[in-house]
Amino acid sequence: MTSKPQALLNWIDERFPLTSTYKAHLAEYYAPKNFNFWYFFGSLALLVLVIQIVTGIFLVMHYKPDASLNAAGVPVAFASVEYIMRDVPGGWIIRYMHSTGASAFFVVVYLHMFRGLLYGSYRKPRELVWVFGTLIFLCLMAEAFMGYLLPWGQMSFWGAQVIVNLFAAIPVIGPDLSVFIRGDYVVSDATLNRFFAFHVIAVPLVLLGLVVAHLVALHEVGSNNPDGVEIKKKKDAKGVPLDGIPFHPYYTVKDIFGVAVFLIVFSAILFFAPEGGGYFLEFNNFIPADPLKTPPHIAPVWYFTPFYSILRAVTSDFLIIMQAGVAAIWVWSLMRAPFIGKAIATAAAVVLIPGMFFIDAKFWGVVMMGAGVVVLGFLPWLDQSPVLSIRYKGALTKTAIAIFVVAFVILGYLGVLPPTPMRNLTAQICTVIYFAFFALMPIYTKLDKTKPVPERVTWK
Amino acid sequence: MSDENKTDNGRRTLVIATAAVGGGAVAGAAVPFLASLSPSERAKAAGAPVEADISKLQPGEMMTVEWRGKPVWILRRTKEQLATLAKVKGEMADPDSARSEQPEYCKNEHRSIKEEYLVTIGICTHLGCSPSSKFQPGAEGGMTADWQGGFLCPCHGSTFDLAGRVFKNKPAPDNLPVPPHKYLADTKLLIGDDSKGA
Repeated sequence: MTSKPQALLNWIDERFPLTSTYKAHLAEYYAPKNFNFWYFFGSLALLVLVIQIVTGIFLVMHYKPDASLNAAGVPVAFASVEYIMRDVPGGWIIRYMHSTGASAFFVVVYLHMFRGLLYGSYRKPRELVWVFGTLIFLCLMAEAFMGYLLPWGQMSFWGAQVIVNLFAAIPVIGPDLSVFIRGDYVVSDATLNRFFAFHVIAVPLVLLGLVVAHLVALHEVGSNNPDGVEIKKKKDAKGVPLDGIPFHPYYTVKDIFGVAVFLIVFSAILFFAPEGGGYFLEFNNFIPADPLKTPPHIAPVWYFTPFYSILRAVTSDFLIIMQAGVAAIWVWSLMRAPFIGKAIATAAAVVLIPGMFFIDAKFWGVVMMGAGVVVLGFLPWLDQSPVLSIRYKGALTKTAIAIFVVAFVILGYLGVLPPTPMRNLTAQICTVIYFAFFALMPIYTKLDKTKPVPERVTWK
Repeated sequence: MSDENKTDNGRRTLVIATAAVGGGAVAGAAVPFLASLSPSERAKAAGAPVEADISKLQPGEMMTVEWRGKPVWILRRTKEQLATLAKVKGEMADPDSARSEQPEYCKNEHRSIKEEYLVTIGICTHLGCSPSSKFQPGAEGGMTADWQGGFLCPCHGSTFDLAGRVFKNKPAPDNLPVPPHKYLADTKLLIGDDSKGA
């Protein structure tokens, strides 16, 4: 006789793969035993996603996407956010959880991506895990950008104005495309309503699908680890990796500890500095949108600033450097690349080099900003090192990563400041470093002197 | 080889044809959804001309009116301010407004109908921010020492002179656009309509 709960479970398992799913993804998903600090951020990203969805649902119950003015002359959308902050019981904390959650999301995602960079988690066979991750990052950027319009403050309005106008820089179709995105000739009520629709349903649906794909792909190939050693190569008689431990309970417990520490930090920000000193919620966004007046200093929220700096760095005198860069890649491909690489590089050079004479810098700034994100997705094929983890890579790669991180942080810092000629030059140098890190990666990862990789993971 | 592994070509053709027709139906069904994203009839209709009374505008002062959701500036330039236009001409990206947007009657050195009054859309041609007024010459207003007065876009640092012409080597490609406009009376402007007669 089976017990009653067991009988119920059997009844379900005959109709739905409950036990097998639980085993495949938790109880018998074997993760390397040498995970360290950096491995907290994946599960934390999942936690923040849940926070954003739950708080978002409750915010929608009170928020109104309406740009028309109310009796007091304040846009209805702006007023509804203030209503949530002042009159809805508990509204202020739900709203601050959502706005602080957005910044927290990018903090954990940037750290999660950096972990991948350190330990080569994007390398074969995890290319698709990384590509899905890059798409998640793109979705997050879209989600954050469209969400920022909803309070209909000055930064909401002018931020959207600038970003939508980026699309107008595309030759021929650009101006019509930007009208199509806004649904009007200026950022208006139509724009607010469609961004609301995208922010609360369209993009989150895509995002959830991608998160599922990211995890399914990960669990198919198994997690990487700080040594970059494939644990599936050494298995015991039962087929369990010798260096693997079941995700549940070992890593669920570890991740719950990470969650507790994260929530302490998150709560501290939530209660003592919810606006993050103007970095999480900008001060100008507490002024209702005014289509006639741009605030004297506008900058995106901190998580967009590295890419925004790249956009600003591309001026007409910078194009010559970009042309030289394209030419260098072309020449290199003619000497080294296989035929298909030669063909692609030649086509790109033929289009891009004259293109930069005829189409103005504004368009190329947009291209470079987009390329700055998209290039991340190509990491699995750019890294030609025989080893995965930075632990066994040589000084060349380590130096490259260090310079890259410094350049990325400088770009981010410059992005919040108003432009000056000196800062612009610095941003241009950092932009060159940013792209050189990727463009030269096939060369320096091959030249680099690597250390021997151990047979099994190292573990204390 | 057994019959089961043979492709039935007639059936395959039918499958392809069905898929193509189905794909056509999907593309057709997408049309209303995509169309709904373009500006509505109401948005298209909201472009009526606006009147501006400039009788109270003193020399050196600027006023802003809203036309099609955009700021339109009316700047009454002083003699000194007008004199700066010739001085900065060499530093302009498009000094003669050859490729910039303005009605034919404003394609002159002061970019206006009446020399004194500049009428321009206060939206930077780079990414659509509204530039700030920096009328004070020299370094006192936070600009460079040789600054003659003009506008500074806060977003990406483009600078414009007092005729809305953009300086060289700035992110903005073109001069600030001049909207179609006409004088209804000596101190009354109509912005958005320049038709003659009646």
